[in-house]
Amino acid sequence: MNRILDLFLTFLKIGGFTFGGGYAMIPLIEREICENKKWLDSKDILEVIAVAESTPGPIAINAATFVGYRTAGVLGAAAATFGVVLPSFVIIALISAVLQRFQEIRAVKYAFFGIRACIPALILKAVWSMFKASPKGVFEFFIMAAALILAAFVKFDAVYIIIGCAVFGLIHSFLAERRHKDDNS
Amino acid sequence: MIILDLFLTFLKIGAFTFGGGYAMLPLIQEEVARHGWLTQAQLVDFVAVSESTPGPFAINIATFVGVRTGGLFGAFCSTFGVVLPSFVIILIVAKFYEKFSNSRVVKGIMSGLKPAVVGLITAAFLSILKTVFCIENASGVSLHDISDGEIWLLLAIFIASAVFAFKKVHPIILILASAAIGIAAGYLLNMFGIYSGFDQLLS
Repeated sequence: MNRILDLFLTFLKIGGFTFGGGYAMIPLIEREICENKKWLDSKDILEVIAVAESTPGPIAINAATFVGYRTAGVLGAAAATFGVVLPSFVIIALISAVLQRFQEIRAVKYAFFGIRACIPALILKAVWSMFKASPKGVFEFFIMAAALILAAFVKFDAVYIIIGCAVFGLIHSFLAERRHKDDNS
Repeated sequence: MIILDLFLTFLKIGAFTFGGGYAMLPLIQEEVARHGWLTQAQLVDFVAVSESTPGPFAINIATFVGVRTGGLFGAFCSTFGVVLPSFVIILIVAKFYEKFSNSRVVKGIMSGLKPAVVGLITAAFLSILKTVFCIENASGVSLHDISDGEIWLLLAIFIASAVFAFKKVHPIILILASAAIGIAAGYLLNMFGIYSGFDQLLS
């Protein structure tokens, strides 16, 4: 079969069967792309994760574009990305039309009363997982605290905080490197 | 112009999100509030919908906000906007992969970004907590409008969900269980005539 079409269909399947997106998608990509289709090595998956994490944009889109490009160039990237986006787009476009009317129903209202209390717990779990995965030095704790305080209490724009922390990380790592060099010489 | 605004806003969100899952939440929260596209409570409800439907949160929320504010074409523009920065940047990075993966600049930037995202999501978590417990609510419902019983119920659901989430129970199961408790409690409280803010809280 045509490689481009195959990429599209494979990522359509991945997009249609991942709940939670992002990291939940990685095992599926590994199974479909590495084991079934053998387009990439399983050690390439580590590369995919590293690139998806360290470039802007949602992990799922980054991973799809990167795998598509590695497999079949720019057209492959477009096919994979379109495939991974399409199920979400169609399902949500359909649901959102119904959702508003659906939420008028009394039982649904009560259901969302319960659900609203559950969502912060899911977010808390996500924060904890990210915290666990992050390096934990004085510098990291300082950045975490600064971002939290600036966002929650000073109400700074998230974009400025992100830019600020990126610049700060860059300066810090260069200073650390220079200190390291000085120590050695 | 709403269509252009949707595209540009989600372009910005796509370009400044680092990491998966809820990393996008702080930016989404800020933008939908600034534009008045969704209330904070609607956003919380949509997180539940997104968890229970396939696909990445980023695409789900972009499509949802787009449809709500600009119809199907609006959804197309917001989704295209959120995808575009990823797509372009990944193509460039894939081409110069060796340089990118060994770059000290990239490593330095990421060393600052990763902890920043943890801090930002924690802030988003706190503000959602405030909304759920009606401490700060844009729709005008305040803590005084709902009974003590309801607050305790919310708190119990939150704590139980957190405990089970940390025990790696799947989010969809937690959402379904919370929904069932909400329905049962709603009808029970209603039957005994002791509900107060339930209905206005959700309107």
